[in-house]
Amino acid sequence: MGIETEYGVLAPGDPSANPMVLSGQVVNAYAQPLGALAGRARWDYEDEAPLRDARGYQLDRASADPAALTDEDDPTLANVILTNGARLYVDHAHPEYSSPEVTSPRAAVRWDKAGERIMALAVEAIARTPEATPVNLYKNNTDGKGASYGTHENYLMSRATPFADIVRHLVPFFVSRQVVAGAGRVGIGTESERPGYQLTQRADFFEVEVGLETTLKRPIVNTRDEPHALADKYRRLHVIIGDANLCEVASLLKMGTTSLVLAMVEDRAITRDLSVEHPVATLRAVSHDPTLQTLVTLRDGTRLTAVQLQWAYFEQASAYVGTRFGADVDVDTAEVLTRWESVLTRLETDPMQCAAELDWVAKLALLQGFREREGLSWDAPRLSLIDLQYSDVRPEKGLFHRLVARGRVERLIEHSAVASAVTDPPEDTRAYFRGRCLAKYGREVAAASWDSVIFDLPGRQSLQRVPMLEPLRGGRDAVGDLIDGCATASELMLALGAR
Amino acid sequence: MPGQEQQRPQRRDDPPDEAPAPVPAGAATAQGLDDDIDAVLDEIDEVLEANAEDFVRAFVQKGGQ
Repeated sequence: MGIETEYGVLAPGDPSANPMVLSGQVVNAYAQPLGALAGRARWDYEDEAPLRDARGYQLDRASADPAALTDEDDPTLANVILTNGARLYVDHAHPEYSSPEVTSPRAAVRWDKAGERIMALAVEAIARTPEATPVNLYKNNTDGKGASYGTHENYLMSRATPFADIVRHLVPFFVSRQVVAGAGRVGIGTESERPGYQLTQRADFFEVEVGLETTLKRPIVNTRDEPHALADKYRRLHVIIGDANLCEVASLLKMGTTSLVLAMVEDRAITRDLSVEHPVATLRAVSHDPTLQTLVTLRDGTRLTAVQLQWAYFEQASAYVGTRFGADVDVDTAEVLTRWESVLTRLETDPMQCAAELDWVAKLALLQGFREREGLSWDAPRLSLIDLQYSDVRPEKGLFHRLVARGRVERLIEHSAVASAVTDPPEDTRAYFRGRCLAKYGREVAAASWDSVIFDLPGRQSLQRVPMLEPLRGGRDAVGDLIDGCATASELMLALGAR
Repeated sequence: MPGQEQQRPQRRDDPPDEAPAPVPAGAATAQGLDDDIDAVLDEIDEVLEANAEDFVRAFVQKGGQ
């Protein structure tokens, strides 16, 4: 699994600055000091197919929105691969950090936090450069004026699982997941037409239940079928409905509970059809009600709150894990179940008790504090400012970071573990091979992608491409000694050829 | 696993009996906050961008994915 995040980009002194140029400046500010470790390798687009649809057909390129054509290499756009296995690049006028592939929700949070650190380091580097336009970055998903930009999750799944099953069970899950995973937002409607507070940044920007698009007519379940792996064996489920989380517990639960539901779908272990009536309208209605009392109507006529709908998934997941693993359950899964139950329990009694764990509650607590102290109504610009500045990546200015510094937010990942994830790859996926190759043989890496590393070796006419179509191969156990023992990329290629 | 020991208030799969009453905005909050909140708000006040209205107006993004 992994998380990709497009950050909001702002030049405070120059509102007319071109956001693509600013975003390129962000990527380059981070990558340039790394030199050959990141600056030179290009992205390898060989296996990218963003217009392939999971429902089994391919969108005609001429009929696609130009913004959907993400595989056309534009040399003016900064695009680097990092030694931690991540990709840092400009996507749709935003700097984007795509985390390396990991195998647990905790690791997903850790490498996502590393991305926040990388963005903060880029902002600092730009601030130190006299000729550069100062830039601030925001880990949020809307400007409140009609524009939204994404935080996407990716989950590796079996190709054998029927896509219709995924849709049936994920739509109700996503309609209700926002009570846990929402990042909170001041303003209702894509352009904040109505004053108020809602659970999520993104709900108002979703228009259909299922579809291929990601920049317009956004769907609750996205059908992009671009596995970056063996296509007959795997699918990569591309989830576009989530918010950018700063709270580590919220992020852990977002990844962990979704993984559990997907595991149940794969195992055909979901026994209840929880399909909801009017999912798009319901998604928004749930988001618009921070009291969590809004009732969701299921197709079978049952009416229940979003928290109760989450309980229905929790109970099935808890039973599934008990039956499937019993006492042998791994610690990550056990932690997700325990925390999920604890958070749902408190959301049902008093949501404000989750202020140390969930972004929408932490943000609401701040906003309510200011509302009471200063008598502000929901249309006060000061409240919108708090919403935006909550996500400022700078440790001294970001309000989330100030809450962390005061011990008001629960942390799961040690600072030192985040710091090492800035440079080091996860050890149990192909991201390890990618990251180590960049770190050790950066000068000889001509290009790389999720499923390949391409070497330009001295004395060789053609480029040497190492395919990595098995996401779980290429970890430390498999290639650690090999890379340790090869001083050059040429030696590595010889050794790989001999295996 | 300590979390498994915890008590869970009764919850139901059937809907609440009465129609949801809107929760007054301030009511839930006051409970969740502690004495430290004034100090927190003071600190936040110090780091907030100076002109809220101008900042919010200038925060314009291009759409993304």
